[in-house]
Amino acid sequence: MPTTQSTATLRSQPPLDTGARPSAWRRVLEVVGVQNISLLMAIALVVAVIGSQNPLFFTVGNLRVIGTAIAISGLLAVVQTIVIIMGALDISVGSIAGLTSVSSAMIFTATGPFLGVVGAVGIGMLCGLINGCIIVFGRVNPVIATLATLAAYKGVAQLISDGRAQGYTGADGFFVFLARGSILGVPTLILVLVIIALLAHVVLRYTSIGRNIYAVGGNDIASRLAGININRYLIGVYVATGAVAAIAGLLITARTGSGQPVSGSEGLELEAITAAALGGAALKGGKGTIAGTILAVILLGILTNGMTLLGVNSFWQNVAKGALLVLAVVIQQLRSGERRIGLPG
Amino acid sequence: MVKTIAPASGTVMLSAVGIEKSFGPVRALQGVHLELRAGEVTALMGENGAGKSTLLKILTGDLQPDAGTLTLAGDEVRFTDPRQSRLAGLRVIAQEPEVLLHVSVAENIYVGALGRQGMIFNRAALFARAEEDLRRYGFERVIRPETLGSALSPAQRQIVEIMRALVDSPSVICFDEPTSSLGDEEVVILFKLIRQLRDEGVAIGYVSHRMQEIFELSDNITVLRDGKFVGTKVTADTDHDDLVRMMVGRDLSQFFHRDPVVPGDTVLELRGVTNSHVTEINLEVKAGEVVGVSGLVGAGRSELMKIIVGDLRIDSGELLMGGTAMSFKAPADAIAAGIGFAPEERKAEALLLKRSVRDNVALARLRSLSRWIFVKSADEKALAAEYIARLGIRTPSSEQLVGNLSGGNQQKVVLARWLATHPRLLVLDEPTRGVDVGAKSEIYAIIDELAQAGVAVLVVSSELPEVIGLSDRIYVMAGGRITGELARASVTEEQILALAMDESAADPDFTVSLS
Repeated sequence: MPTTQSTATLRSQPPLDTGARPSAWRRVLEVVGVQNISLLMAIALVVAVIGSQNPLFFTVGNLRVIGTAIAISGLLAVVQTIVIIMGALDISVGSIAGLTSVSSAMIFTATGPFLGVVGAVGIGMLCGLINGCIIVFGRVNPVIATLATLAAYKGVAQLISDGRAQGYTGADGFFVFLARGSILGVPTLILVLVIIALLAHVVLRYTSIGRNIYAVGGNDIASRLAGININRYLIGVYVATGAVAAIAGLLITARTGSGQPVSGSEGLELEAITAAALGGAALKGGKGTIAGTILAVILLGILTNGMTLLGVNSFWQNVAKGALLVLAVVIQQLRSGERRIGLPG
Repeated sequence: MVKTIAPASGTVMLSAVGIEKSFGPVRALQGVHLELRAGEVTALMGENGAGKSTLLKILTGDLQPDAGTLTLAGDEVRFTDPRQSRLAGLRVIAQEPEVLLHVSVAENIYVGALGRQGMIFNRAALFARAEEDLRRYGFERVIRPETLGSALSPAQRQIVEIMRALVDSPSVICFDEPTSSLGDEEVVILFKLIRQLRDEGVAIGYVSHRMQEIFELSDNITVLRDGKFVGTKVTADTDHDDLVRMMVGRDLSQFFHRDPVVPGDTVLELRGVTNSHVTEINLEVKAGEVVGVSGLVGAGRSELMKIIVGDLRIDSGELLMGGTAMSFKAPADAIAAGIGFAPEERKAEALLLKRSVRDNVALARLRSLSRWIFVKSADEKALAAEYIARLGIRTPSSEQLVGNLSGGNQQKVVLARWLATHPRLLVLDEPTRGVDVGAKSEIYAIIDELAQAGVAVLVVSSELPEVIGLSDRIYVMAGGRITGELARASVTEEQILALAMDESAADPDFTVSLS
């Protein structure tokens, strides 16, 4: 031990806790977080409004519809949260999902389910690896890099499929189970989301990997000087993102019954980013939680479902989603307490 | 522009009584009083973190006090934003003023008042008005109305900010460390202006660290310490030592306490290390030694430190740790070899401001606190608690965000991070920059104890008394080379300076500025 006892006598002791017990409400706030409480209240409000307007909302069938609808965007939102915490962004997740959706159907037809799954996930990881390498070795801004690969991966998906949905044979059982099966009454789709989300939560919260991801996003120079291999983390997170996007691609194939190069996945990146931002992930990096993102995914899912039930046309729904992303970021900005005059940046 | 009816000199223009302000658990101000009188300059002094900036923000309405009253010209006021205080005649001149880069000085000065020109923007009239106002305050030769904001020096920006304030003819003006970015001649101009304003009956508040200025300029001095009001004195009735005692709360005779030990084995040795920043560096640091590195800004000191900690590569030459040649490809390699590094730019290069003290302390040794990849949070908390106690880090708990701590405590968190890795060599680049006097002496004590425990310490500092007071040996750098090595016993500031300017004299582009 380098320091000796005499240090302690040199200075006054740090102020101790006053000993007063925080009120119950305060403790709930601390555990759940202000962000998550507001999301829960927003969900309650939306449920109350929609439920009172349309009794169909509360039927088991409809809740299942919501659950399966959020499974795919939820997966992408979970990984996007990790990317955002690290101070980056991955716009190409939707394209990766499309590419893996269509290629999985083709590999299934050619070889069978096992290679189909492995191949799809492998392709997703390869896409992520390419993203990571462009960003790390080409020193390209993550937004630009993945904007480029968004177009490129979409192009590849259309090339190999000739732009058409690809049917598959020989794997009906697997995809039917994925799309409509359930374990102990929980639909498989939702189960997949729950497993991935829990995994991400545990990694971020309880492991050195997660800690270092927060560190890299919070201050990359400090992280490097503290011995963290930033490049390895960046590439690793993009590869993991590609893998999860591939799982989302498999779910798309399962739900639609065919490999979809574009139509099943287009726009999912926007939903994923919206959910992460709404859930409290700071686009500057270093901040965000999986719990927040999942609550935001649920809120978004209910909103979309509710708008459909209330007969809002789908074009307006897109406008609403865009507005919500702006709102989420504005709230974040206000809550961060930074007053800005002029352009942020 | 100038107030026509000046209040009688000595009238209390602004008074703040019993001001309290807390940020979460941190009590930034407790029972603070301040009086600014017409025709007088009142200095506001205190260490970093004493609450000066918070108090200024409360005066302008940028922050709202939790308790206490503000009185302006006899009326109790409650400002909820800076606009209101401005309209009421109170201005604070920011330390680093915002200037619009792509418009002229004239437009910058009247930026809030352009509307008064009528519907049509009359550029010529605006320039003439700016010219006249600049002349009135003696700035006509320092700054031109047509100069673009982007071409202004820090001092000229300050002048623009002051001219902006004078447009409203305020009755109270506060300067927040106005001379920190000014050269000597510019300071003279500024002081002339401040005296002119004072003689016109403006009540002036003046925040500064520089004792000399305070004695030269002020009529009264108010001192804050740790957010508390220590006292107000008439400048003529006090002196330097008295003020330091008020600010620090104790005597500083033991400021640089060092108990040098007999050095042990050589820990770090550089042989002919050269890269694009430094040339032919030969240097060694032994166990138990504190070695200082001095030199002017730009002499290559920080770059040399970054080479040692594996952040910059060596082109030729050797770096040995404990006699073994090393080849660091990244800081991780240097850490593995037993090197800890507190960089110059604490916030930008060391701290995770939005994470807890615990996270920050554990950052460099997370692996050893983990079982497989899972962090053992109990061990981590114990580690943080140990160093909070040992270094006297003032924080409500280990869960407090580092961004909420004062500069000195933030620096201790950085030190804690590296002490937790039990380094053989600790590299400290400007360890006390932006740290208040009290925390400074605590950091010196920590360095002394580390050396006694056998750690080799390498310290870069621009403050000559600090290098001399701390180091057993001093290397002086100039132009990327080591120009001399001095032993503690005989060192004078003049010797160091002479060596520091050794090569810079030949290089006209070299900026000569210590600190």
